[in-house]
Amino acid sequence: MRNAFAQELVRLATEDRRIVLLSGDIGNRLFDAFKRHYPERFYNCGVAEANMTSMAAGMAMCGLRPITYTIASFNTIRCLEQIKIDIAYHHLPVIIVGVGSGLSYAELGATHHSCDDIAFLRSLPNMQIIAPADPQEVRLALRAALRQDYPVYLRLGKKGEPAIHDQEPIFHIGKGIVIREGKDVCLLGTGTIMPVVLAAADELEKRGISTQVVHFHTLKPLDETLLARIFSEVRVVVTVEEHNLIGGFGSSVAEWFSIGPAKRASLLCKGITDRFFCMAGNQDYARVHFGLTPEGIAGDAEKRLKEKDDHRC
Amino acid sequence: MKPAGDENIQQLNRIAREIRGMLVEMSHRTGSAHLGSALSCVDILVAIYWKILSIDPAAPDDPLRDRFILSKGHAATALYATLAKRGFFPMELLDTYARHGSCLAEHPGPRCAPGVEAATGSLGHGLSLGLGMALAGRIQDQSYNVYVLMSDGECNEGSVWEAAMFAPAQHIHNLIAVIDFNKWQATGRSREVMALDPLKQKWEAFGWSAYELNGHDLPELIKTLKDLPDGSSKPAVVIAHTVKGKGISFMEDDNNWHYRIPTAEELLKAKKELRLL
Repeated sequence: MRNAFAQELVRLATEDRRIVLLSGDIGNRLFDAFKRHYPERFYNCGVAEANMTSMAAGMAMCGLRPITYTIASFNTIRCLEQIKIDIAYHHLPVIIVGVGSGLSYAELGATHHSCDDIAFLRSLPNMQIIAPADPQEVRLALRAALRQDYPVYLRLGKKGEPAIHDQEPIFHIGKGIVIREGKDVCLLGTGTIMPVVLAAADELEKRGISTQVVHFHTLKPLDETLLARIFSEVRVVVTVEEHNLIGGFGSSVAEWFSIGPAKRASLLCKGITDRFFCMAGNQDYARVHFGLTPEGIAGDAEKRLKEKDDHRC
Repeated sequence: MKPAGDENIQQLNRIAREIRGMLVEMSHRTGSAHLGSALSCVDILVAIYWKILSIDPAAPDDPLRDRFILSKGHAATALYATLAKRGFFPMELLDTYARHGSCLAEHPGPRCAPGVEAATGSLGHGLSLGLGMALAGRIQDQSYNVYVLMSDGECNEGSVWEAAMFAPAQHIHNLIAVIDFNKWQATGRSREVMALDPLKQKWEAFGWSAYELNGHDLPELIKTLKDLPDGSSKPAVVIAHTVKGKGISFMEDDNNWHYRIPTAEELLKAKKELRLL
């Protein structure tokens, strides 16, 4: 995913002379090609995220399109006030890229986990949040983010994420992508957890439950039109995210759910249950720890579907 | 760009007195705080806006203009009054200051009025914003200068020193920081709350060209600032020694005026002292 980002950025920087890359002393060798082609548009800003973020805002005020890049946790809540005031309040087209979001860097300890970034950034007016699921979506998201003038937080994984689309999907900021159709349950996922979500859908199909899968790459603005359609079509909707259940994707769907007319479908949120992951273990292990597995998601979805159907009888 | 104004020092001193009168009046009328902090930086603003900046009040968005950022955003009244007096917007707009629905709030909002470059109020942002603007100038081959006015209390913020370390690493020379060193922060002496001294040497140690002067002496301010950038390929900082509440005897160096609001009687007394009545 980070390699796709670096490659796409070089390509886009050729077309768009306004692009400036600011790195928080991370991505060793990752940006060699960018540095080689555009040394005057690359800045290693050191381990100083607050300064990097405000500088990006200052550059954007002067017509440039700065992109800040470092580990998700350090590029979001470490410099949250700079994002709030200098970028969001000024409504500047800065792209904040967080690499290693969620539990990508599980083995590095909770200092390097980013399971609260969506919650914090979602509460900032003007901010858009995009969490691509695979390298192809990273390329599409970066292109889309540069085509408009909003502040964007691009929430990336690390490397080696499998492709989830057979062919290039139609990608618009604020529009979910329907990956599979189904009529009983809909699994709504966001970001790099999507392969798990797709496996959970396979598991549900095996159990005879027709399952729709939708990727909400954009967490803000939320695709409310698509949500309304989904909630009128299936009986159970399950959100899945690698983020705290407080304030994340599930929360945003629950906020929408609580407003307006009653919804046909029931809502179930899967994510991290307000705990730090404070032990050794990689991302897969951490996902198992929090029940973010195909079986865990399918089991909960099936149970909720049964409850819903029993209740109806 | 419009050339610097042809006002002489006597006229500039008169403008500074008039601005001080406006600040006392605005604080009294609206009950807004930070009068002492606004009064301490008036001479710096007058020197910069009348004799230093390459700006045209009729073209506040000209990409080639010099930029000025009031990083000590709590002195917003001083910036607003300066911009109005310099012709960026009409006095009638200034009269709406702090009224419900006015674009002029107690801290400047983003492009809230012509000439306001950045929203400030949370301290420690302006120097980094200015550094970003200065780098943007270099990237886009534009030769403008960026001026950032900070307070001494603001130098408590770690982000100031992040920018202080990064600017010299980039050999950025079109960035000029001015510190309104009025010796007070909100609730204490700035030299005592944090180990601020030796301030000039700190900036020099960080790689800046550092200057010290009397921040109420217009000829000295103009002379020093006119020579910046100094050709050294370093960013420059001007430590301006000032008096909080400057210009009104009963406010000078009295930190109660960080928050106190002048009464009608005090307003009258202040205007008399400023020879505006």
